Amino acid sequence: MHIAEGFLPPAHAVAWGVASAPFVVHGVRSLTREVKEHPESTLLLGASGAFTFVLSALKLPSVTGSCSHPTGTGLGAILFRPPIMAVLGTITLLFQALLLAHGGLTTLGANVFSMAVVGPWAGYAIYRLLRRYGVPLMVAVFFGAFLADLSTYCVTTVQLALAFPDPSSGFLGALGKFGSIFAVTQIPLAVSEGLLTVFVMRLLVQSSKGELTRLGVLVAGKQAATGAGTEAVAR
Amino acid sequence: MSRNAKINALLLLVVAALAVLPLALGLGDHKEEPFTGADGEAETAITEIEPDYEPWFSPLYEPPSGEIESALFSLQAAIGAGVLAYYFGLHRGRRQGEARALAQRDAEAAAQDVPGSGSASGKSTAEQD
Repeated sequence: MHIAEGFLPPAHAVAWGVASAPFVVHGVRSLTREVKEHPESTLLLGASGAFTFVLSALKLPSVTGSCSHPTGTGLGAILFRPPIMAVLGTITLLFQALLLAHGGLTTLGANVFSMAVVGPWAGYAIYRLLRRYGVPLMVAVFFGAFLADLSTYCVTTVQLALAFPDPSSGFLGALGKFGSIFAVTQIPLAVSEGLLTVFVMRLLVQSSKGELTRLGVLVAGKQAATGAGTEAVAR
Repeated sequence: MSRNAKINALLLLVVAALAVLPLALGLGDHKEEPFTGADGEAETAITEIEPDYEPWFSPLYEPPSGEIESALFSLQAAIGAGVLAYYFGLHRGRRQGEARALAQRDAEAAAQDVPGSGSASGKSTAEQD
């Protein structure tokens, strides 16, 4: 989903930058508030960012015969809500733009919009929706992560089709072209990301019950044994 | 293996299978260059749609070779994996410490319930602390 450096016309680059900026600014505020009010969550914040670091470095082969990578933004969005993920995702994208020549500074706005804004919000939305209708936690987590991943690549597809409409078939033709490169390739990878996110969430449920209860992922008072875990984390 | 560990292993196994199957089934064979990056393919598609398009900005730093690039990608993954491992290791250790402290407290309480030996054991743990 990384649009390469210089590969968006200046007007598009600026527009996506303007669209992303408020989300990142708001995210920085949410992040500083979270750290100030709950210093104990710093570690889990770090772990969520780390998950994005690992997954977005993991280029995997897909059914289309090309390679792509997951985004890892669903986990943090479910745990800490999407604004905070806007910041963590931006950090990851900056690292890749500056050190790996992967993505770029002129396309940072567009890449932030797809990976750090739309992805987390879409994943979080479906997660909350499923939870409201009583879907089990891990099923909701799977679909949250799956959609965060897939929607990111759909946004990239739209961004490129807007910037480069096909001369004969127009915007829709370009949408099909970029969609076959990104969106189709991404479906099995989004499944992988969903499964990996469920895996990490299962480990978190084991190790950090108290923290997950505070964040509203687990319901308080479900088990009496949770009390001991809460104490341990609170310290 | 506990049921929990089995489910976790199964999750990882499916992820590995999803990654290996496209390679094993030769799904990239119809391409000139199989399993290139989708990002690069998008660049090619752009130049197909607009042959005159020139990228108007180039990366400030570009890894000089594929090796350096893969090293930096590994670094990114390693940093992430390191932080995750620290998180889970720390929490596992805390839980174990917690369980040990509780067990010790219970043992002390049980010892104090026995008349006569209570004061002695209380003193000895106070010294230990």
